[in-house]
Amino acid sequence: MSALSKVVDPINTFARKVPTWLVYVLYALPIPFFFYLAQTGGLGVEPINALEREMGEITLQLLIIGLAITPARKYLGLNLLKFRRAIGVMAFVYVVVHLGIWVLLDMSLRWEQMWGDIWKRPYITIGMVAFLAMIPLTVTSNNWSVRKLGAASWRKIHKLVYPIAVLGAVHFIMVQKVWEVEPLMYLTVILALLALRYIPSRKA
Amino acid sequence: MAHRWKNTFTRADVTPEPLWLNRRAVLAGLAGATTLGGVGSVAAQEALEPNTWEQITTYNNFYEFGTGKSDPADNAGDMVTDPWEITIDGMVDNPGTFSLQDLIADMTMEERIYRFRCVEAWAMVIPWNGFELADLLNKAGIQTGATYVAFETAVLPDVMPGVRRNVIEFPYVEGLRLDEAMHPLTIMATGIYDRPLANQSGAPIRLVVPWKYGFKSIKSIVKITVTNEQPPTTWNKINAREYGFYSNVNPEVDHPRWSQASHRTIGGGLFNSREDTLMFNGYPEVASLYDGMDLRENY
Repeated sequence: MSALSKVVDPINTFARKVPTWLVYVLYALPIPFFFYLAQTGGLGVEPINALEREMGEITLQLLIIGLAITPARKYLGLNLLKFRRAIGVMAFVYVVVHLGIWVLLDMSLRWEQMWGDIWKRPYITIGMVAFLAMIPLTVTSNNWSVRKLGAASWRKIHKLVYPIAVLGAVHFIMVQKVWEVEPLMYLTVILALLALRYIPSRKA
Repeated sequence: MAHRWKNTFTRADVTPEPLWLNRRAVLAGLAGATTLGGVGSVAAQEALEPNTWEQITTYNNFYEFGTGKSDPADNAGDMVTDPWEITIDGMVDNPGTFSLQDLIADMTMEERIYRFRCVEAWAMVIPWNGFELADLLNKAGIQTGATYVAFETAVLPDVMPGVRRNVIEFPYVEGLRLDEAMHPLTIMATGIYDRPLANQSGAPIRLVVPWKYGFKSIKSIVKITVTNEQPPTTWNKINAREYGFYSNVNPEVDHPRWSQASHRTIGGGLFNSREDTLMFNGYPEVASLYDGMDLRENY
């Protein structure tokens, strides 16, 4: 038994016992919690932007976790595949909340300004494209769709998450006024996780 | 030349002093703002509620102390602002380095309740204490031929983590055209709510130009230079396409990455809504400074 499998095997055993609905529940809880913080001053004097950013960041984190599952299995033998659908669906839930905050709280339903922003502001255009691309992935995140589409084409469609994650990170970088470290880290991690998929496997 | 501009009301007119710090139900004055373009007059009477001290001092941009909004409040505490010296040089009759105390000894302090509009599309209303920059420049003696005023912020790496990390190029520099600098609305502030400025607000002395985006109102000033050349300005050096020398608040001219048509005034919580941004931030009396200028070109 290798040192790695001493660590990984118990995690795999444990993961087999954990129900996937727990991922939905655990990731649903922070949403009302952050709204509560925002309303009670816990996010500072400008809670709308803080909340919007928080939801956006968690979306990116979930996309990263989702993208890490395949390399984790390939290189570490860590099998968390059964949680991936829940992770992806929750990423969509967070992006909907993020977008909802923008529309309702940040822009106060100023449709004209929003419509202009979507077309004229590249970072918003990019964010919107990434959001729209997540819709078909969410809609097909069920067993029926996998059967209906066939595993091969279902997998192909779901590779759309690669550009989605990159666009999400670029969107985050572009909102900043200067080159901030944190958004650049997100992009770096996403690109690294994608690169790992293109390293040819030594195993047959 | 002090008292050339007046709030129609001051906080003192409506709120007893002990309530100033905790109450936001305060009317501040403003004359009727008229849209430029001659479309007609809007906002004939408007209530300006000053933001609270807490709001004003916990949500700041002061990159010397970090790029996050709460970084200045968290990190600026170690800056020593007394004693403080300011150098005045360039095209003036009386150049030199002066202690802040001496420099402002004979300035007339006033309260000015101004809207403060950040280029990031948020705003506050701030009850400044300060004096007209014109008085200081006149005291220094502006020489013939001078056309601009340049300003510089302190660089104190020991107490400024943003400077140590070089998040942007320091010192932070800003500038005004001489007529902008001499305008009665342009003040040097040393306090807010009759208290000395908090370090994160630009203690001990800063510029306030209420019709321009906030980054023009340079903080913690150590040098003022009267010159006949347009001085470099920090955000313009970082990204000339996004930040011009003038940077007048203008709802018609968008920042390339976001609209400037509206903003949110800090303090309304989670369900705070946006309001329309006014030309020159609602100070139409400065419009004549830009007669004949294309403000889209000179953004």
